[in-house]
Amino acid sequence: MKILVLISNVPDTTTKIRFTGDNTAFDAAGVQWIINPWDELALTRAMELKEAGGVEKITVANVGEKITEATLRKALAVGADDAIRIDAPAKDAFFVASQLSKIAGDYDLILAGIEASDYNGNAVGGMLAELLDYNSVSAVSGINMDGDKFVINREIDGGSQVLSVTGPLVAIVQKGIAKEPRIPAMRGIMMARKKPLNVVEAVDAHEKTSFVNFELPPPKAACKMVDEENAKELITLLHEEAKVL
Amino acid sequence: MSILVYTENWDGKFKKLSFELVSYAAAIAKEMGLDLTALSIGNVADDELNKLGNYGASKILKVENDKFNSLDNKALSKAVVAAAENVGAKIVVFAHNNLGKALAPRVSVKLNAGLVSGVTELPSSTSPFVVKKKVFTGKAFANVKVDAENVVLTFAQNSYEIVETGGSAAVEAFDPQVGDADFSTVVNETNKITGKVLLNDAEIVVSGGRGMKSGDNWGGLEELADLLNAGMACSRPVSDEGWRSHDEHVGQTGKIIAPNLYFAFGISGAIQHLGGVSSSKVIVAINKDPEAPIFEAADYGIVGDVFKVIPQLIEGVKEM
Ligand SMILES: Cc1cc2nc3c(=O)[nH]c(=O)nc-3n(C[C@H](O)[C@H](O)[C@H](O)COP(=O)(O)OP(=O)(O)OC[C@H]3O[C@@H](n4cnc5c(N)ncnc54)[C@H](O)[C@@H]3O)c2cc1C
Repeated sequence: MKILVLISNVPDTTTKIRFTGDNTAFDAAGVQWIINPWDELALTRAMELKEAGGVEKITVANVGEKITEATLRKALAVGADDAIRIDAPAKDAFFVASQLSKIAGDYDLILAGIEASDYNGNAVGGMLAELLDYNSVSAVSGINMDGDKFVINREIDGGSQVLSVTGPLVAIVQKGIAKEPRIPAMRGIMMARKKPLNVVEAVDAHEKTSFVNFELPPPKAACKMVDEENAKELITLLHEEAKVL
Repeated sequence: MSILVYTENWDGKFKKLSFELVSYAAAIAKEMGLDLTALSIGNVADDELNKLGNYGASKILKVENDKFNSLDNKALSKAVVAAAENVGAKIVVFAHNNLGKALAPRVSVKLNAGLVSGVTELPSSTSPFVVKKKVFTGKAFANVKVDAENVVLTFAQNSYEIVETGGSAAVEAFDPQVGDADFSTVVNETNKITGKVLLNDAEIVVSGGRGMKSGDNWGGLEELADLLNAGMACSRPVSDEGWRSHDEHVGQTGKIIAPNLYFAFGISGAIQHLGGVSSSKVIVAINKDPEAPIFEAADYGIVGDVFKVIPQLIEGVKEM
């Protein structure tokens, strides 16, 4: 079995968000780039499945420009066997899914994160499944193999389920898929330098959405303080002033 | 031409979320001079379906076929596409919840539509179609333009007022003609969360962090939540430590919620935590450290010990 893990290159989660060009573009100056947290967990789970046996190869893939290679190298250092970078700016989710659909056909299991922590699209995994005509399961919090089937835990609105699904499959993963993301060890970092990172030319595809501009939330009014000894006053304020009780 | 809104049911009933979603879609339909059709897949009695008319749906397509109960993403998205084609929908609206997020991307590809997920407002323009959504996990908003024939949206709940129109809807049985080959999901087990207010539905949420000190100290917060009919939440370290169950974890890597009122007890207010709760209408922080970043995000605050404050709040609510 071969696993493809989709990797989004995103700003570190503590990044202070700023925009440039009259608020039309994200200001990437000085930003630390990381593997999208969900994708990092997906890769960790792929590694665990490989260690349990039955997985031949784990490939990581990203649609992006040269700057994203550092993030792909990190994924190789965590333990992926090879990497593919499709050489194009990630214009929108449909554009990215269209690019990935050209390289994803060889894999039995494709793992995508539930969203990327930058533009919160919740889209690439499902779009890719549709383009490949594969089934997909979303909100996946656990995945195991059972012969030619995948046994999956998924969250539904108001509970959770255990499913069996046949592949090939796109699993869109979230919290719980792996406990802690794996951090690359020194040996992994050394080995990653020799692993293949193949750059593939982009195909023709059209984006369907674009950003007009960005806004920061309006500044909050100062926090109104209540004395610790007089905490009941808070309930009165919430009831009479904020009117939320 | 029409707008299609996908409405989920829970054991045959709609929720407030469903009515908010239909109200939102109806407002877009009105703006664009289109009809609103609601799609309901599952066993929902006609008088329950009729309620959707009161929020602006003029027609309801009902699909009653138990095969869809497995929530097979491929089969369900085919059914939604068939309904969209049946009513000539230019726009399809889903809730921004587990099922909506699962289906919307697939449906958008099939309908040659631009997808905008997590929208929080009505479109600022319908030609071209421009709508606002959250980005960077609540740290900013983007105005997104759709450059495609059709539009698919997922709507972030608790961001639009429910509007009762007094209208009524015609219910029509619909067969989306999805073949057996499209179903490959087998459900072995379903566990429903019972006996507590679901976090995503809760209008008030009571949340605790590492300041609660251990898993044994939550009786007071549970009592407060009970009195307020609130959902319970926690910060990530709390669920990692096993003090509370994982489905209560909120934040960047947990649930993203937008209640009317969010209480943060002993939570420092890390940026990853705030990402999941910053859309709450009112945030209340109780923390013994006056410098804790949670106070920058909060509307009301108490600098103090949670264990001294909680009993007073319980008393206050009882007297209210
Ligand atoms: C990629 C990534 C994703 C993450 N995702 C999430 C996420 O989704 N959700 C999340 O919550 N975190 C997330 N985190 C972790 C986050 O950075 C913080 O570590 C975490 O939110 C801190 O939890 P806390 O506020 O409960 O604990 P702490 O930061 O330890 O804060 C405890 C607070 O309690 C106060 N306190 C202690 N005792 C008392 C008392 N008796 N009375 C009153 N106050 C008291 C202290 O003053 C302190 O402010 C993520 C981190 C990373 C790197």
